[in-house]
Formats: sequence, C-alpha cells, structure tokens
Amino acid sequence: MATYQEFIQQNEDRDGIRCSWNLWPSSRLEATRLVVPVSCLYTPLKERPDLPPVQYEPVLCSRANCKAVLNPLCQVDFRAKIWACNFCFQRNSFPPSYAGISEVNQPAELMPQFSTIEYIVQRGPPTPLIFLYVVDTCLEEEDLQALKESLQMSLSLLPPNALVGLITFGRMVQVHELSCEGIAKSFVFRGTKELSPKQIQEMLGLMKPATSGQQGKPLAPHDAAASCRFLQPVQAVDMNLTDLLGELQRDPWPVPQGKRPLRSTGIALSIAIGLLEGTFPNTGARVMLFTGGPPTQGPGMVVGDELKTPIRSWHDIQKDNARHLKKATKYYETLSNRAAVNGHSVDIYACALDQTGLLEMKCLANLTGGHIVMGDSFNTSLFKQTFQRVFSKDYNGEFRMAFGGTLEVKTSRELKVSGAIGPCVSLNSKGPCVSDNEMGVGGTCQWKICSLTPATTLAMYFEVVNQHNAPVPQGGRGAVQFVTQYQHSNTQRRIRVTTIARNWADAQSQIQHIESSFDQEASAVLMARLGVFRAESEEGPDVLRWLDRQLIRLCQKFGQFSKDDPNSFKLSESLSLYPQFMFHLRRSPFLQVFNNSPDESSYYRHHFVRQDLTQSLIMIQPILYSYSFYGPPEPVLLDSSSILPDRILLMDTFFQLVIFHGETIAQWRKAGYQEMPEYENFKQLLQAPLDDAQEILQTRFPMPRYVDTEHGGSQARFLLSKVNPSQTHNNLYAWGQESGAPILTDDVSLQVFMDHLKKLAVSSSA
Amino acid sequence: MSQQGYVATPPYSQAQAGMGGYSTGFGNPPPQSHYGAYGSPPQGYSAPPTGVLKPPASSPSGMPPILVSSQYGANIQQNGAHPHSFAPPAASDPSMSSYGQPPQSAFYSMAQSPPPTQQLTNQMSSMNIAGYGQRPMQSPSSSAPPQQFQTSPPQQFQTSPPQQFQTSPPQQFQTSPPQQFQTSPPQQFQTSPPSAMGHPPLSPPGQQPPSLGSPPPMATMGSMSAPPMGMSGPPGPGVHQPPLGPQGYQQQPGSPIAGPYGAQMAGPQMAGPQTGAFPGGFPGAPSQMAGPPQKKLDPDSIPSPTQVIEDDQVKRGGQVYVSNVRGQVPPLVTTDFTVQDQGNASPRFMRCTTYSFPCTADLAKQCKVPLAAIIKPFATVPKNETPLYIVNHGETGPIRCNRCKAYMCPYMQFIDGGRRYQCGFCSCVNEVPAQYFQHLDHMGRRMDMYERPELSLGSYEFIATLDYCKNNKPPNPPAYIFMIDVSYNNIKSGLVKLICEELKTLLDRLPKEEGAESSAIKVGFVTYNKILHFYNVKSALAQPQMMVVSDVAEMFVPLLDGFLVNFQESRPVINNLLDQIPDMFADTNESETVFAPVVQAGVEALKAAECSGKLFIFHSSIPTAEAPGKLKNRDDKKLVGTEKEKTLFQPQRGVYEQLTKDCVAQGCCVDLFLFPNQYVDMATMGDVPSHTGGSIYKYSNFQVEVNGQHFLNDLKRDVEKSIGFDAIMRVRTGTGFRATDFFGAVHMSNTTDVEMAAVDCDKALTVEFKHDDTLSEEAGAVMQCALLYTTIGGERRLRIHNLSLNCSAQLSELFKSCETDALINFFAKSAYRAMLNQPLKAVREILVNQTAHMLACYRKNCATPSAASQLILPDAMKVFPVYMNSLLKTPSLVGSTELSTDDRAFYRFMVMAMGVEETQVLLYPRLIPLHTMDVSSESIPAPVRCSEERLSESGMFLLENGLSMFLWLGQACSPDLIQNLFNVPSFGHLNSEGTSLPVLDNAHSRKLHSIISSISQQRATSMKLLIVKQKDRAEMLFRQHLVEDKGLHGGASYMDFLCYVHREIRQLLT
Repeated sequence: MATYQEFIQQNEDRDGIRCSWNLWPSSRLEATRLVVPVSCLYTPLKERPDLPPVQYEPVLCSRANCKAVLNPLCQVDFRAKIWACNFCFQRNSFPPSYAGISEVNQPAELMPQFSTIEYIVQRGPPTPLIFLYVVDTCLEEEDLQALKESLQMSLSLLPPNALVGLITFGRMVQVHELSCEGIAKSFVFRGTKELSPKQIQEMLGLMKPATSGQQGKPLAPHDAAASCRFLQPVQAVDMNLTDLLGELQRDPWPVPQGKRPLRSTGIALSIAIGLLEGTFPNTGARVMLFTGGPPTQGPGMVVGDELKTPIRSWHDIQKDNARHLKKATKYYETLSNRAAVNGHSVDIYACALDQTGLLEMKCLANLTGGHIVMGDSFNTSLFKQTFQRVFSKDYNGEFRMAFGGTLEVKTSRELKVSGAIGPCVSLNSKGPCVSDNEMGVGGTCQWKICSLTPATTLAMYFEVVNQHNAPVPQGGRGAVQFVTQYQHSNTQRRIRVTTIARNWADAQSQIQHIESSFDQEASAVLMARLGVFRAESEEGPDVLRWLDRQLIRLCQKFGQFSKDDPNSFKLSESLSLYPQFMFHLRRSPFLQVFNNSPDESSYYRHHFVRQDLTQSLIMIQPILYSYSFYGPPEPVLLDSSSILPDRILLMDTFFQLVIFHGETIAQWRKAGYQEMPEYENFKQLLQAPLDDAQEILQTRFPMPRYVDTEHGGSQARFLLSKVNPSQTHNNLYAWGQESGAPILTDDVSLQVFMDHLKKLAVSSSA
Repeated sequence: MSQQGYVATPPYSQAQAGMGGYSTGFGNPPPQSHYGAYGSPPQGYSAPPTGVLKPPASSPSGMPPILVSSQYGANIQQNGAHPHSFAPPAASDPSMSSYGQPPQSAFYSMAQSPPPTQQLTNQMSSMNIAGYGQRPMQSPSSSAPPQQFQTSPPQQFQTSPPQQFQTSPPQQFQTSPPQQFQTSPPQQFQTSPPSAMGHPPLSPPGQQPPSLGSPPPMATMGSMSAPPMGMSGPPGPGVHQPPLGPQGYQQQPGSPIAGPYGAQMAGPQMAGPQTGAFPGGFPGAPSQMAGPPQKKLDPDSIPSPTQVIEDDQVKRGGQVYVSNVRGQVPPLVTTDFTVQDQGNASPRFMRCTTYSFPCTADLAKQCKVPLAAIIKPFATVPKNETPLYIVNHGETGPIRCNRCKAYMCPYMQFIDGGRRYQCGFCSCVNEVPAQYFQHLDHMGRRMDMYERPELSLGSYEFIATLDYCKNNKPPNPPAYIFMIDVSYNNIKSGLVKLICEELKTLLDRLPKEEGAESSAIKVGFVTYNKILHFYNVKSALAQPQMMVVSDVAEMFVPLLDGFLVNFQESRPVINNLLDQIPDMFADTNESETVFAPVVQAGVEALKAAECSGKLFIFHSSIPTAEAPGKLKNRDDKKLVGTEKEKTLFQPQRGVYEQLTKDCVAQGCCVDLFLFPNQYVDMATMGDVPSHTGGSIYKYSNFQVEVNGQHFLNDLKRDVEKSIGFDAIMRVRTGTGFRATDFFGAVHMSNTTDVEMAAVDCDKALTVEFKHDDTLSEEAGAVMQCALLYTTIGGERRLRIHNLSLNCSAQLSELFKSCETDALINFFAKSAYRAMLNQPLKAVREILVNQTAHMLACYRKNCATPSAASQLILPDAMKVFPVYMNSLLKTPSLVGSTELSTDDRAFYRFMVMAMGVEETQVLLYPRLIPLHTMDVSSESIPAPVRCSEERLSESGMFLLENGLSMFLWLGQACSPDLIQNLFNVPSFGHLNSEGTSLPVLDNAHSRKLHSIISSISQQRATSMKLLIVKQKDRAEMLFRQHLVEDKGLHGGASYMDFLCYVHREIRQLLT
C-alpha cells in the first residue's frame, strides 16, 4: 500500500472525497475520543473527464428503506444473477437487462474503478434552464450602464433555448413582459406591500381566469411556458431583451437630500420567486439578483432610507441594536425556503462600496446553492469577469452548473449520518441511517442542493454507532454511498453515485494506524466548517473557545509528551500542520468579525462552506510565494519574516490576490529599471508574479480582488493582516536585520499560540 | 296669443295693474274655449289625463275612431281641426295606458251635462284634490261626483271659446297683471278642471279640476291639461280651438288610460259624453266660443313661458344691462343682452332668486320665497363683453378687511381722507396700506376709482401670493389624464379606437393661457379593465412603455417621469401609443372592470406630480372585479314609489366617500364618460365626479355610428372648456344674513368653504342665504364670492364676484324682484338633494306646498282683493308653476318603474351642477316650429309652447332642452321640406331610425343646420339630434319633453297643476 498521502490523493481524484480519518474507529466511544469526527468533504459533481456517464438507470436495492445503488462493494452471484446489498444485506436479483452478466462481463457499476459513476436517466420532458434577472435600478448611471452591458453580454452566453426573464426594481418592482412588439410592457408592483405567492400569480395573470374551480392552482409547467410572457427563450427575445436592457433607466423617483434611494429588493425577490414557483416548480432556475445597495423599504428592509441612520455593523448586532435584522433575516429565510422547495436557486451580485444587506440575504444563496458575488461596483472587472465566469463551460462545452440536485446518503449499519454543511437544505427524509446527533444540517439523509457547480463541496459528518462491546469483524469495512440526482445543464436528468468504504480499526490496538490515517487538511477544513456553522448562531468567542478546546483535546490524544512539560510535546507528522491551520483559522475572517462588516463576514463564510478542500485551505491559510533573483519562485512561510525588501510576494487568500513588492524592488521599479534593456531580468522578475496571478485569476470563481502594492503602500494591509505576526513592534529586537517587516499588531503570533497550546496540552489539569 | 280672453275677464286685468305684460299671456279669456280645445289636442298626450277619470273601458270603445285621426290633426293648425284633435283613441289609448297614467275621464263627463259654471269650479277644486291625493298629493280624492264633470264641461266648451277669442284683445293681456291668475269665471274653472284632471291623472275619478278659478286672468293658470292646440300665439286660431276643445275632451275619455280612475266615475258617463256630447259640442263650439268669453279655461289663457320669454326679449333683448344699480333685476336668462359691469357681477356669474331681500327673517319666513344666489364663477363671457381684469396687489397679496377678510371691492367706503376704509360687509374700519393710499374726490370716492377694477367692478381677479398656495409653493400646471376602459365592451363597440383616434387631434386643442404659445397642461394615459396599465410616453423614448399595475387593492402610480408629459414634446410617442392601444386589446375577453382604483390611480399620479388636474374616465360597465369600490347590482324596481326609493340614489359609502375627499384634497377633478349597456349604479359611480366639479356623460348602448359624433362633440367641448383647478370658494355677505347652504358639484369639509377640485364654465353653485338679523333698506344686502383657484397655466388666482341687492320690508317689492328662472334652479337643486334623504313623495309635496305658500303669500299680502276663485300670480313668477310642474315631472322626481334608475340618478347629477340657463331650458324646452321658418332670416324662429296641441301633422318642429334635441316630423309634413332637408322624396321614405341630417345645399337645409349649430353653441353639452317621425316608437322620447302636457310617466299637465295649486292656495287663504 502506498502512503496515505497517495491513497488520499487517489481517492480524491476518483471520488471527490476527502475523509478526516481514513481508518475508522470501530466503536462510538473510540470515535468520540478522536475529537475530529468521522467525516468527509464530498464534491458531488467533481469534474471527471475520464468518466463517461452511462446511459441507463441505476439498479436499486429492492428493500424499501434502503434503495441503495448497485456498486462495486456488492457481492454478486453471477450465476444466480443475484446481488447482495452491502448496506442492508438484502439479496436482489438483477433486472432482466442484466441477464448477460458474468465475471468477465460486468457492468460498469460493479468495477472497482467505478466507485463513482454517473447515470443518465430519462424522466419527464426536458425542461430548459431558466435565468431570471432581478436588476436594481437605483444605481449610479455608470454602474447601471456597466451592468446593462454585462447583462446584454450574458444573453449571448446562455443556452439558446434557455428561458430568460427580467425584473427590475427600485421604488417599485417591474416584471417585464418580453414577448411584446411595439410597446414595452411590464407589470408593476408596489415595493412595500408583501404579497402572497397566489396574489403575485394572480396579478401577473398566471392563473387561468376562466376555470375558477381550480383557482389558486398554478398552471402546469408546459401551459405556463406557453402563457408565461415573462419567461421566454433567449433565442426568441434576444433582440427585444437587448433593447429593453438598453433602455433601462435609473429609478426615476427623486431621492431627496439625506435619503437613500428606495430599493424594494425584498419584494422584487418575492415576486421573482413567486413567478418561478407558479410557472416552473421543480425546474432548474436561477434568480440572479443584481443590487447596488441595501433594501430600504418594504419587507426585507435592511436599513431605513434616512442616511443619518447607518446600516447595522457588528457592533450594533452585538448590542442587539439592529432594528431590521431579525425581521429581514426571517423574511429572506422564508423566501429561500420557498425557492429551495421548488429547486430554484438565487444568486446575489452585490456591488456597492457600502454594505448591501448580504448578512440578511445570504440565506438566499446559502440555502439554494446560489452564488454571492461582492464587489465595489458593477463597473469593475471583478464583477464583469466573475459574472462571465458563471456561464463558463467545461471540456464538453457544457455549462458548469447543475440544478435541482438532491443528495442522498446511505451508510452501512455501523455508521449514521449526523449532518451536512454546505449549500444545501434538509429534505427531512428520515431513514435508518440518520443519526440523532446532529452536526450541521442534520436529521435527514437527503438534502436538496438547488444549484451545483463542479466545485461545490459539502462537508458530511457521521457518527459511528457501533457499540464498544460489539467489535467489527477483522477486515470489516464501513461503506457510505452518496447518490446525487440532478439536472445537468444540458437539461438531462442525471444520477451520480459514489460509494466509498474505509476499514474499521480498533482504536485501542491500532491507534497509530488511525493516527497515520488522519487527513489533517481535510480535518482542518471539516472542523473549520463546523466552527463557521456555529459562528452563524453563536458568539464569536464561544466558537473560538470551542475550537481551541477541540485542538487541545486532539493534541492531548495524539501528542507525545510528558505531563506538565511543554517542551516535551511532539506531534506526529500526520498532525503536524493541523495546529497551524487552526491558528490561521482563528485569525480568519470566517471567525473574526473585527475589521469586517457583517456583509463581508457573510460573504466570506458563504464561500468557505462550499469550496473544495484546496480552495478552503487557501482561505484558511493563504498561500505566499516569493520571487527573487536568488532562485525560482518558492512558497514561503505566511509570516512577517517573509516580507523582505528584495522580494516580490504573491499572496493568494482566495478572495484577494496580492502582489507585494519589497522595499528595494519597489524603488527599482519606481526608478524604471525594468525599462532598461540591460535590466531585462528585472523586468522578468516583475512579470513573473503577474503571470502567476493571471493564472490564478483565470480559474478562480469568484474573481479575487487583485491588488498590486508595494512596501509601505496602503494596500499592503491585505498582506500584513494575513501573515503570522512573528515580528511586531513589541518584539522587534532584531531591528535593522534582514528579518522581515514588523507588523503593528497585538495579535498573538504562531509561536505564542503554539507555546500556549503545548502548555495546555501537557497540563494535567486540563 | 289669445289675449282677448283677458279682456273678457275684467277681474284679472284689473287686479294686476303692474303685471300687464304678463297677463296677456294668460289672461286670455279664450281659454275657455281652449279648454275644449286643449282637451283634445293634448289628448295625444294630455288626453290621458282627462281620460283618467273615466273608466277605461268606455273610453276605448267609444272614442277610437275619432281620436285616431284627431291627434295629429288637431295639432296641425293650432286648434283648427276638430276631427284631428280627436286623435285616434286607439292610438292614444295604448300609449296612455302604457304609461300607466290614466287620464281622467273628467272631460267626458263635462261634456255631457254642463253644470253651472260655479259648480264646476267647485268641482274642479275637489277633483284636483282628489287627483293629487291619489298621486302625488295628499288629500284623498273627494268624492266628486263624476256627474258634475259631465255636466259642466260640455257647456263650457261650446260656449266660451269662440267668444273669448274674438273678444279678448291682446292688450288686455298686457294690462292684466299676470299675477292674478285668478280663474275668475267659474266657467273657466270648469273647463280647466278637466285639464286639471288630466295632469293629475292620478286624480281619480271625477273630481275634476279644482276650480282654477278664473282662467282668463291668469293666463298663467292654466291650462292644466295644457292647451291642446292653442298655440300661444294666434288669437285667430283661437276660434278654431274651441271646437277642438270639445273634441279634446272626447278624446280624453277615449284615452282609456283613464281606465283606472275612470272606472268609478263613470263608465256610463263617459260613454255618454263621448258620443253624444262631443259631437254636439263641436258644431256648436265655434259659434259659442265667440260668444261667452270667460267660461272655459283656455290653455292659451294660462301663463305662457314662451310668451314671457318673448316679451322679455322684446323688452330687454339686445340692450346693454348696466350693473350699476343695486337690486336691479336682470333680464331673463333666455334674453339676449350685453352686460356692462359697473360694480355688480354680471348675472352670468351670479343670479339671485330675488333682488330684493326681505328685511327680516320673519318676513322671509312668511313669504317662503327662498333667498338664494346661483353662482357660475367661470361663466363664459361673450366676446362683446370685457373679460375679467386681473389685479395685482403685489407681494402683500390682495387687500382684505381685517375682520371679515372680504377682498377689496366697490362696497368698501373710503373715509378719513382716504386713509381708512370701512368694510361694506362687516363695517370694520381698516387702515389703507400706504402703497394703496389715494386721495378722495369731492364725492368721497377715490381718485383712482376708475383705474382700479377692484374699486369699480363687480367681477375681477387678483393674483394670489404664495400664502394662497398649497405648501406655500407655486402650483404646477394641471394635468389631464385619459383613462380608458379597454374591457371587452368598449373594444367591441369600437369606442377605444374612436377615442384614440380623436385624442391625436384633440390634444392639440388643450386650453391654454391667453397669449401662451402652447398649453401648459400635461397629459397622461391609462388604460384599464380589472387591472390598470400606465404608459410611459416620455419624449426620449423610441416607443411607449406600458406598465401594468394589478394590485388594485392598494393603488399606486408605477412611474413618475414620463407619465405626465407635454403633448407637443411627446407627440410621436403618444401617437404611437394611441395607434397601438386598440390593437393591443383587440382580442381581449376581459369584461370585468374596476373603477375606484382607477380614480385612485389618477389621484396618486397627480399627487406624485404635485399638481391638480382632471381625469377623463371612459368607462363601460359596473365595476364588479374584486377591488375596492366593487359594486353590485342594487337596482330594485320594487323600491320605486316606496319610502326606500331614495336608497336608489344614495351612493355606496365608504370607498367612494374617501375617494372624493382624496380627489378634492389633490385638486383632482373627475369627468366620467359612461358607455353602459346595463345598470352601472350611476348613483355611486357619479358620486366622485359630482363632488369634484366633474361632469358625467352617459351614452347608453353606445354604437360608434349612432352616438360616436355626439360623444366626440362632448369630449371635445369638455377638453377645451375653460376651467380652474383646486378651487376653494367662500361667499361673504353683509351683516344680517349669511350663506347657509350650498348645492352643486362641490365638496364641503366645513360649513363655509366650498371646495371644488375643479370648476369649469358650466358648473354653477346654488347658495342659499338665511337671515341672522335684520337687514336695513339703505344698506341693502351685499355679497362677495371669492374663488381661489389655479389657472390652466399653473397660476394661483382669486376670482371675485360682488353683488348688491336691495332690502325691503314690503313683500310686494320682493315679489316684484323675483327671478323665476333662478327660483326654479334653487328648487330643483334643493329637491334633488332632498330626494337622497326623503321619500320622493314627500319631496314632491314640499315643492307643491312651497309653491302654494309663496303664491298664497303673494295673494294675501300683495294682490288687490279679488274673488277667492281667482288665481293671482305675481308678475315675476307668472310662469313659475309651469316650471315647477315640469320639475315635478323630471325623471328623477317622477318615480316610475319604466325609467331606468341610472337615468334618474344621472339626471339628478346633471341638474345638481346646472346653472340657471340650463335648468330653465331643461324644464321648459324650446319647441321651434320649422315648417314656418323664414329661411331668409337669421334668427331662430320663435318657439311655441311645449304641448302636443301645438304640434301639427303637417308641421316640423325642433325641440331642445340642453341635453337632447329632437326633430319631430309630422306625418303630413310637406314633401318639399322633406326633400330639402333629407334628400328623400317623402315622409314615407325616411328611415325611422335615422339620426343623421344630411347637409344639403339649399336654403332650408342651411337654415336648419344653422339653427341647430347656433343652439348647440349655447349649450354646455352637445346634444344628440334625434329625428322623430310622428307615430314612431321614438316619439315617446320626444313627447316626454312636452312639459305642459301630462307626463308620460306620471305628473300632471300644466293646467291641472295650476288648478291644483290654486286649490291649495285657496285652502291656505281660508
């Protein structure tokens, strides 16, 4: 067997799975003692160019409460054409179409390399994708112009048969009819009045008027397609819509001095969701909200229109001084749930210098798998390119988006599923494998993920339920099956099935094995997600304390030390990086609200709970590369000591991409040496990080904020706030040495953190 | 006119010294003869009345043959044709019966045995009573025996008519004071009675006409039953009349209508008279007529409005009325005169019920004459009169009395060398502001008196300062919003297309400020069915944008910029929109509509634009869609005639009430154009327009070909007319009296300020005054009406009208200064308001009682003593009874299940906003004979009295009442004339549904068109011309405007009414 590193990598490549432990403790008691729960990060739609989907239906276990899919772990009796379910041990006969199978003629799903397999199934008529633009018109002229252009451009990126709709809002909400000639027609709603979905549909004329008997019942989707003038195929209304967008004007209602424009975001969203709900329930659809400021009226109002009352800050929230917070949040949650039930996702593209109410609205995207993009202006490449990237295509020329997904988890009987953390909602499906012990969104074995991208990653938490006194037979394996049904962007219904298995290990006798099976990267992310999930509902310090305690317990469990002797403390290689991740996590904006607005926190957290492991790690502990004349670019410690005058640093925090020119480099650059032929090498040095940055920019979604700065520059704060403050104004005894730059902070450095950790870990009183 | 009658009846003439002019009209002794006559002609209509009394059975059978022919015939030459006059009973019967008014048979009876005249009179009185009692009035019918009737009438007929005619010289008329109507001769009464009966068809059996008393004197009195034939005019014809008269009676009997009533009376009698008596009568009649003058009541003997009008025109027409004298009674509204303002407002602006107020409240109470002024603040000023001057008192605003706040006007007395002035209203002494100081001349008048309009004129305008503006901001120019119902009905009828087409040109003609290049008024467009569509027609747009608002529960305006635009700037976009609207909804099948939200939307739009304005709503059906202000059909014919009838006219409260308030607060006037195919709850839908200074137009069963032009004319006029917005009016008076009540299309949120979202040149407000204290004869009674409003150019102005009246402790002064036209306007409005709260029956009773009281008071206090049997009317109120009777017969008040509730409510709204001129012509339409017109003359032929008997089979008449216009063609009308006017060879070739009058190149056609157009120009609404062929079904519509006849839907004939009133008066006097 190869190293765990390789094993982990291999599994991740094949199944999109990273487990915290790759050997599972065989009893509940042992499992709890491991501190980090048995859990995994699962990327359901991980891109697998090498995995062509099969064109038939999966074979299901016939037991009603199991329905597991036939997989390589099943025992098959080729002669009797019978297979045994590896989850419930039900014996099932193969369907007639499998009559020809034999050891040498196995269907793909039985082959070990197809532990992840994708089925294309035929269910119902294909329904086109739906994109409903919800556009704020209370923007600056420039912003609006840029947004209009982006939207017009996007039309060309949509699948030609996709349905598009347009809702604009300001003081009023306008639902535009797209199929009219000669006159631009729209339905207008007051921005302050909450309407029931039924009222919305009635007012939009989506009810069949004649059949009063069925009133209240929305039209069947295909009827609606014909009659719904608000959602039309792109190819049909391309021109119209382009013109319509072109003619969009800023909200014409005057904004008095000292007031914010009245922005009816809440109602606009409610109408968008109501519209889709009435016309295309359970069909893949994106509501794309483009807003340039906070909702200022009606339900969902985040801040009043008086400029003298500023929008809530963390300070206000902690003081319970945010008037609209609870109401607005509740309102958007209700909306989110409605959208989620119907499989519609909501994206929020918020571009404004001030906050826009993401804190309140985040659930819209979080619960429905939508995107949140936060920028300063629609007239920035950050927004423009990010938005463009929403419609990016994969190697098959298909959109990197999927809709209406449901993820079902099946576990072998020693395991139960405690919950999931990610852009999903519970479907409240109880089953034998549902644990009572909830972590994240629990109490169910099925989740709805309204919109998925290949990067969407969920954290799944399990509970080992096997009792300590009922040991698992030697060599036994625990298995978990993930069944993801979704609508592919080409409107096909697909099912992806991933079945994984890990060996059970007795924690008492095989603790070292278990320890070495520890995936510290995955574990850091999984724990971080738990922490972030908690942070949504708990006070910041409590979460930090909880994280610290978990870390200390882990160190106590696996560290080697003599009691009360911090210096004796050692961690094995498989855990060595973990404390450092925790150190950076503690300082990260996911848990620290200091210096972040509530919107920013929400934004960061939103992305953190959906990105895959690599990206998540970058978020926790940004990557720092150093460029110099002394050698090829190299990753360096995220530490203030890495900030040297003759280096160029490239930091990737996921959200920001910072290029930092050291003092000397900056002077050279200012002197213009790069222009001189004889300093071609300097020019190349300057260019190198730019090229690398470009590469990252190309693939990252959302586009990071790109910062080009230098020593002493104001933007250098992005770097300075991230590095470990190993040198500060307090401990700068080596002044004048080439030892990096001091950071002006009172934050503890990694060294101090580790010292404390060691002390606590070895403390007998802890 | 058969004035001779007067002569014959000395009593009258004597009695009324002053009245001269008047009396002529009435006085005509001939009346007597007329009776017979009128009986007959009217029969067509009026006949019914008489008939009523009789048993139907008899009448039909007996009369038929004769009657048939007679109806028309009679008309032909005034009274002439006997045979005709009989009018086919058959014909009459059906018609009559259908109306349900049973004419009394009284006539018949009369015919039979002529009782002594005296008796007759008595009978009459009793009869009337009875008659009323049944119907409108109170007293139970006396048991007047049919016999009486029978007896008396015949005699009268025969005898009287001829004589009277011959004898009575026109002069007499003049001399005999109109006031006295006294019916002196019993005989006359007799005659009259029948007539009386007629109108009170109700009046049961027999009792006929109360003694109208002396017919002759009173010309006014009247022929209740309306003088059949007798045109007012020609005495000569009078002769003929007599004969007719008798016939008339016969007919009446014939008119089975009477049936109900008649039953009692006289089946037998009827028969008798009819057959026997009449025939006899006729022959005899002529001769007799000549002889005994006074015996019968001749329709021509009762006061004739047309005569009164003509006389006034002759006397004062074409003259300049200089308003420098206090308490000067202006010419009649019908008279053509020029006003020169010299300190009192033109009667076009303000007209009073009397120009001499009683000095004390007691006196006022005693005389019962209402003290009121009808104010039409924006009345159109003819081209030859000076438009109102505009006065600017600078930044401090108009100079006003410190105490009562009256504006500077000619009634302010400057004293103390011009340093101070004493308010003419409250007598407070005020300092003259320094910048306004001027020396006084030797007369104590300011030197600059004639340079300053506010010191020398009755009417003028002040520029208002910011203090007079909402929020102290200068107002924006008003906006007109066109709101078109695009539900199925309106699309199908082609209306939407019609409107859209019209608007393209019409909008070029929006009213503009004098001298302005283009109109400052902005326009906006909304279409709706059960949801509303707003349009963005901003000039910058390539194509209009439609914004749909389906949230009708809480209406709002979806856009601000681009909704209200300048037409000139946005013309291409607007035209584009107007082109598209009909197509956009071409295949709609939405038939439900909303209404209140539409108005709300208009208000909100104006609110958002911070301006006042007007909504033009083109609406088709009762708003049943789920929305505020949803209405349901509550038209219940069973309520007609009951205590609850009034609920039919009461608007639904709640939403509409609030809406009215909102509208008024925003200065939003609502004009409603209704195109209903069925009941729309007019009472409620009209509520908002009627309180916001708006107009209501109604086109039932609209078809583009039929009503299209009519509607467009109305629309054009409505859009173009001069108007002021966001108005608030206050009437200030001198001490001793004050304005207590206001009637009109206005809203009152307190008791003194009249708020009008808008006020245009056709809207009049009637103000009633009451005494607070004693008025002095020297000081007189002064009033000042101040109207603060926004002009169409968006300027804030104050329009001031001042008027001074006399005061007198003598009732005779008061009666002399009465203005009948204004009085009837007041009564109409007060009755129409009262009908919302009281049973119609009570309202009618009050009206009649008040009439009787006024006249009784006059009789008692002012007239020279005379026989009680004489009906004496004040000269100035000579024709008051005919107007009053007409008012009682208006659809709103008459209470018949055959009239649509909507129409009645509509009528009510119309009248509430009317000025004196409009009510006058409405209550006494102009009936213009065309067959005798002089094609070479410029003038409109003199109208004849509104009675069937004035029609003639060979004639052609134009009737107009300000709302509708009829061209009535007699069956025997000259083919030449037909050819000339219609380009078809004969009467028979005319399509009976025709409504179009071709424009042909010949003198007759040109003349007729010029008459029609000159009439239309005088009226506030365009009138649809309806061509009515004699005996066509449509004739009914025409006939109900012959107000001297018995009403088709109930209501007495003029003659009967007069008799009844006389009886009442007599009761009061005893």
